[in-house]
Amino acid sequence: MTVRATEFLRRAGAPQHSLEDYAGCLPRWCTGCGDNAILAAVQKVCREEQLPPEKIVFVSGIGCSSRFPHYMGSYGFHGLHGRALPIAEGIKMRRPDLHVFVNTGDGDCCSIGAAHWVHATRYNMNMTVMMHDNNIYGLTKNQASPTSPRGTRSNTTPRGSLLEAFDPLQATLGFSNLSFVAQVPDWIPDLLFQVIHEAHKHRGFSFIRILQRCPEFQANRWEPCMQDPSSVLILTHENGVQLSPVLARAYKNHQEHDPADLVEARRIVGTSEQLPVGIIYRNPNVPCYEDMRKPDRLYTPEDVKNGLNAELDKFTIWPRD
Amino acid sequence: MSVARKKYATPVSKPAREIDEHIVEILSDSGEGAQKCGQSFGAISARLGYGIWTVEIIPAEIQPPARSVDGASGNRIRLANRRITNGGDKADLAVAFNEQVLLGRLRANELKPESIILLEDKWRHSDDPAIAESYVAVHADLLERGFAVHEVPMETECLKIVSDPRKGKNMFVLGLLSSIYSLDVEAAHDQIRFIFGKKGELVIAANQKLLDAGYQWAEDNLDIKFKIQATPPVEPNIVVNGNTALALGVMASGMEVCAMYPITPATSASHYLSDVFEKVGGVVHQAEDEIAAAAFAVGSSYAGKCAVTITSGPGYSLKQEVLGLAVMAEIPLVVIDVQRGGPSTGQPTKPEQGDLLTACFGSHGDAPKVVMAASDIEDCFYSVITARRIAEAFNTVVVLLSDSNLATAQQPFPRPEFCEEWLAPPIDQSPVDEDYLPYDWNARTGQRRRVIPGQPNGMHTLTGLAHDRRSGVAYNLQTNKEGIRYRSLKLAALQKTIKAPTVLGDDEGEMLVIGWGSTRGSIEEAVQRVRADGHRVSSMHIKILQPLASGIREIMQRFDKVLVVENNWADSMDDELIDEDNRRYSNLGWILRARCLVDIDCWGEVGEQPIKPGTVERVIRERLG
Repeated sequence: MTVRATEFLRRAGAPQHSLEDYAGCLPRWCTGCGDNAILAAVQKVCREEQLPPEKIVFVSGIGCSSRFPHYMGSYGFHGLHGRALPIAEGIKMRRPDLHVFVNTGDGDCCSIGAAHWVHATRYNMNMTVMMHDNNIYGLTKNQASPTSPRGTRSNTTPRGSLLEAFDPLQATLGFSNLSFVAQVPDWIPDLLFQVIHEAHKHRGFSFIRILQRCPEFQANRWEPCMQDPSSVLILTHENGVQLSPVLARAYKNHQEHDPADLVEARRIVGTSEQLPVGIIYRNPNVPCYEDMRKPDRLYTPEDVKNGLNAELDKFTIWPRD
Repeated sequence: MSVARKKYATPVSKPAREIDEHIVEILSDSGEGAQKCGQSFGAISARLGYGIWTVEIIPAEIQPPARSVDGASGNRIRLANRRITNGGDKADLAVAFNEQVLLGRLRANELKPESIILLEDKWRHSDDPAIAESYVAVHADLLERGFAVHEVPMETECLKIVSDPRKGKNMFVLGLLSSIYSLDVEAAHDQIRFIFGKKGELVIAANQKLLDAGYQWAEDNLDIKFKIQATPPVEPNIVVNGNTALALGVMASGMEVCAMYPITPATSASHYLSDVFEKVGGVVHQAEDEIAAAAFAVGSSYAGKCAVTITSGPGYSLKQEVLGLAVMAEIPLVVIDVQRGGPSTGQPTKPEQGDLLTACFGSHGDAPKVVMAASDIEDCFYSVITARRIAEAFNTVVVLLSDSNLATAQQPFPRPEFCEEWLAPPIDQSPVDEDYLPYDWNARTGQRRRVIPGQPNGMHTLTGLAHDRRSGVAYNLQTNKEGIRYRSLKLAALQKTIKAPTVLGDDEGEMLVIGWGSTRGSIEEAVQRVRADGHRVSSMHIKILQPLASGIREIMQRFDKVLVVENNWADSMDDELIDEDNRRYSNLGWILRARCLVDIDCWGEVGEQPIKPGTVERVIRERLG
């Protein structure tokens, strides 16, 4: 049986990382913002896994969600609006030793960066992607986002938005080469931790849609779900999230769902009256792009010289005798 | 076969006229192999020691309609008894697989008035009366206009050897040309073996037979024979086009990652790199779009694997936001822009140097970048290595400009000898001090030590927001100003290491002609021509365009007139509405006027073809007055 390196170090009595080791700048999110809960859960996952802070990179786009890396004590890359995924791919490509996390928002991921999301899913590089979905553009001060429910009044839709909301789960379950999809609200800390933890442990592109509260611009968006636990359907599985007795008492709607079952995953997401929460789909057997493209060995300057010379040979005109 | 080879290897006694150079064009419909014929002719000539420059003639479509005036596909080969730096002026000899593709070149005024034309004669006998009629009419017209037209039964002769002449005519033509230019047939046979090596002996033999047939036909039927003095090379030379040279440069630079998105005319560099990069441990990632390609490259560079992204004008525009990020966060990045005709989709296969201002001043806010340009095929190779070294030394974006002229042109250059200094030294990944500052800007040079993920104690969040030395978000103007100042200072620090460009010709005189990039060969040849007439004209080529070296102003001040010649737009003072107040100068014209406060003149052309030395010569003579 193999032992994970971090586990080995822990057993060997190596210095343990505490939650403080994963803390960066003091968060500047609004009071009551769901992002704070996500940050707490992520730091717990890092501690649980004892990830060396110098081996972690949080990559983000632009928006409230994307301030996330500043609040971590790891390496971070606060990039461009919509472009977190290709930046993260570039980081991961030749640095398999790094734990790569991506924080993105509904505008960042589903609107300006949507093309990258489709293809990042297909590349299936080993990273954990948290899409903080608050159904609104927050940092730019209250504009409708693709996931805003129809009728949302915002600065760009003063008489209510006209279009049906975009469903990120249905969309992602249609992408090719899918390997991990989950949904979880920010207000059930136990589940939030479990889902992020499972996503991190999954080898591949782990996409989590996190339903995130925005007290400023979508104050009542999730209120019905929070007030009425029966509006939530928790998907449990021995290989997925598990319900503690306390949660099981509060959340009566829960069902076994095998994350390997894509047809059932699509059925649940497409037809459920309740909000599905848990691991919706998981396939651990999808190959990772960085593995397919990794060098077959270590290349030294001598190798570069030889490789170059072999190519130059093809184009060389040698002096005739 | 051996008998036949022996026969042709013997020099034929037909008298040959000694000439210094000739320009040959081989023209066909797309897919008939004229390009392969031209490339082979060029390679054989280079092997034998002629100076060559080849230019691809490319239609815009993959399969344009057959026999169309705009559909000419082929090659121009300039062949000389000395080193050649450009495609030259008008052609001396053209081989055309049909009369329509030839018409396109005639209308573009690419042939000398009395040039030799070898014309496939099968169209004279076409079953389609319209085709036969067109052929006869064009043929008569060519004769009338004084061209030395020779009808060649290419198809008839090839059918004696192969069943599909579309697949063999080009080697027959190679044989014709070998006879006309007194080339060693053995060398041509070797070239065929090289091209068809993977396809087996039967294919090689059939093609050598076609070549021999073409050679013999010319010997028996044509009274044209030239001899150009060759200087057999004593050192090994490389024959590749500019895009392949760029890709070889990427390999030689030690970069590991190339992220790209397909775009003409840059893509062939990535094609080649995709084939070979893994042999030195590299990887080519075809991203989902140009933005992703740039962002991927930035991510890779950030993680310590310096990356390149290769594109052309429209793709370069799409990358601008990412370039701004790389400048702001100080991430090394090499961006290669193989320019094409613009704006917008423009002329994807045609040469233009229209992206210089965008390269220097693109992105948003104050985004200082290094900009350099390759001037010939060899320079494509070495420029990538230099670009990478500058990018890593200064943690900055380096834009390397090439263009579609260099992309497809071939010119032999001395085989590079690998040098370990080409590879950037490995990044020090040891733990950093607890009080480490991610942006520990050097007060004098603006440079900083870069720490990459994985280094203990170095943890920080890199951001495109204005930031302080700790990489914390800068909420005050003073901190923002400090960052802007240091990023700008880095260019000054680099500038102090750049030597002033050299002057070709006298250090002072009537006129200084300034250029950059692929026009170098044409400009220098033009200047040499007017100098031969006694004019005191010199030229200066600028390689690093941002930052500009010191001393350029002083050089310019020693000349009565300064003229910038570029392959991009400049308003002409001959236009009724154009005056000194509204004239839009050529790209480098704007930059040099602003930088040096010298009232320099400029001339720019955007056309179908690379700027010819004869054109530059005409402009110089006009402006000399």
